[in-house]
Amino acid sequence: MDLQAKAIDIRKDIVTMIQRAGTGHIGGDLSVTDILVDLYYKQMNISPEQLDDPDRDRFVLSKGHCVEALYAILADKGFFPKDELVTYAKYQSKFIGHPNNKIPGIEVNSGSLGHGLSVGVGMALAARMEKRPYRTYVVMGDGECDEGSVWEAAMAGYQYKLDNLTAFVDRNRLQISGTTEQVMAQDSAEERWAAFGWNVISISGNDMQAIDDAVDLAKHTKGKPTVIIANTTKGKGVSFIENQVAWHHKVPTAAQAEAAIAELNERKAVL
Amino acid sequence: MSKAIKKVMAEFLDEEAKKNKDIVVLCSDSRGSGGLGDYAQAHSDQFVEVGIAEQNLVGISAGLASAGKRPFAVSPASFLSTRSMEQAKVDVAYSHNNVKLIGISGGVSYGALGMTHHSATDIATMGSIPGLRIYFPSDQYLTKALMKELVQDDNPAYIRIGRNAVEDVYDDGKLDFSMDKAVTVKDGGDLTIIACGEMVYEAKKAAEKLEAEGKSIRVLDMYCLKPLDKEAVLKAAHETKGILTVEEHCPYGGLGAMVAQLTAADKPVMVHSLTLPDAPVVTGESADIFHYYGLDADGIAMAAREML
Ligand SMILES: [Mg+2]
Repeated sequence: MDLQAKAIDIRKDIVTMIQRAGTGHIGGDLSVTDILVDLYYKQMNISPEQLDDPDRDRFVLSKGHCVEALYAILADKGFFPKDELVTYAKYQSKFIGHPNNKIPGIEVNSGSLGHGLSVGVGMALAARMEKRPYRTYVVMGDGECDEGSVWEAAMAGYQYKLDNLTAFVDRNRLQISGTTEQVMAQDSAEERWAAFGWNVISISGNDMQAIDDAVDLAKHTKGKPTVIIANTTKGKGVSFIENQVAWHHKVPTAAQAEAAIAELNERKAVL
Repeated sequence: MSKAIKKVMAEFLDEEAKKNKDIVVLCSDSRGSGGLGDYAQAHSDQFVEVGIAEQNLVGISAGLASAGKRPFAVSPASFLSTRSMEQAKVDVAYSHNNVKLIGISGGVSYGALGMTHHSATDIATMGSIPGLRIYFPSDQYLTKALMKELVQDDNPAYIRIGRNAVEDVYDDGKLDFSMDKAVTVKDGGDLTIIACGEMVYEAKKAAEKLEAEGKSIRVLDMYCLKPLDKEAVLKAAHETKGILTVEEHCPYGGLGAMVAQLTAADKPVMVHSLTLPDAPVVTGESADIFHYYGLDADGIAMAAREML
């Protein structure tokens, strides 16, 4: 499968979903898309047929506000019919603006930041206790790392040497009020995580091959958990959304959505 | 006889862990306070220490439960019910993860340590979380009977226990326990005293005093605060002249508030509530504090006489 082409199709679905519903976190969705595509289409042992498989890999979208990207992928992979997504954010829909485990393929509810890594530590500990081969993946935002609970979990990941746990930080350098460095400095994220005892891999976070290589490297790292600092571009793939603080959760107009999809089609054509 | 409930809990978890490898106990540097030092040694592969980090304690527990384990997160009730309340809400209750949250040294057990260490708001806070059940067991026998049910069921719960040895409310082998049903400690027709946790013993002693004065007092052990045994409350409202509630909790959102809300809607009856104050409590041991606020047998009897 051409993962880059898949990531562009998923981005188109995200833009359509958010424009139609009139709500969503488009900037973060577009920055994290490549990470999710590599995990769901290449790396993770997850499928709609394995919902109760005790050996399935576990995934936690700790930056839960980027659920539209996850919905687009789960629908495409057949976890639920794609046409159900037209109800996203509508009255009485189960497709709310954050992950909800009433939806097939979603393990735990998230939305309040700083929860997912602790939950992932628990899942990884359970794998060790049960001697199961599954791996646990947790995707966080960089703004999310303002939360102290992230660092409680980081300490536990190191303490228990959870080499079956891989975390991502979607390091797009923006959060809702401005740059991360203006709001609450994160640099150097790499040094911070290394100081907490984690194996740190810093990559260009919208480069599919770099993501895939980093996940492979994490799988082969023994004795400690891995964090992949994915240096991404918020709004990646749509030039007028890229790297703009205002597009954290701005909703595109119909014309903007059309322009965004046209640009994504152009990008796909030259892959 | 008397026995600390945390001891009952520790013995129970030790027995269960031997039988069921899915039992996992987690502590936040609280194994000593929880009486779980021996457990941690005997079951090192079914024990997780998270350090002084209650949010992480509950989040990790949720992850373990999500993967099929049966975690018991044991931490002082003061911190568990406030510091990690959001993890209880999101990762445990909202995500439907079967975590049993055991709040130890609850209420004013830590007497002189002050308000930081008191949990006088936990019925209100934890009870307000959709899907989270709340239990305040009264003595060693009730605790054991309750835990036998909780260890088998698949839903999350918060259980608050005290630090000190508590006198037996029930005679060994005489407890007639049915899950989520209040236990009738004494039957009577003049007035009903509904109590929870350590207050049940004091309520029973108060009823004995009143009986000696010729009154007929019903005492209900409402260990199940959520789901509240509504049937027992309404039966008391119909059959007795008033209800006196007694709880080691602040005046808001606790047992008295729930009983008043229920009876006001379905069977208006005089309800008077004995609680801790809406303020930091006086300095002292639990017994001193209970006495000061009229939460001991004498205080309860006095309040009951005023209602009769
Ligand atoms: Mg960000």
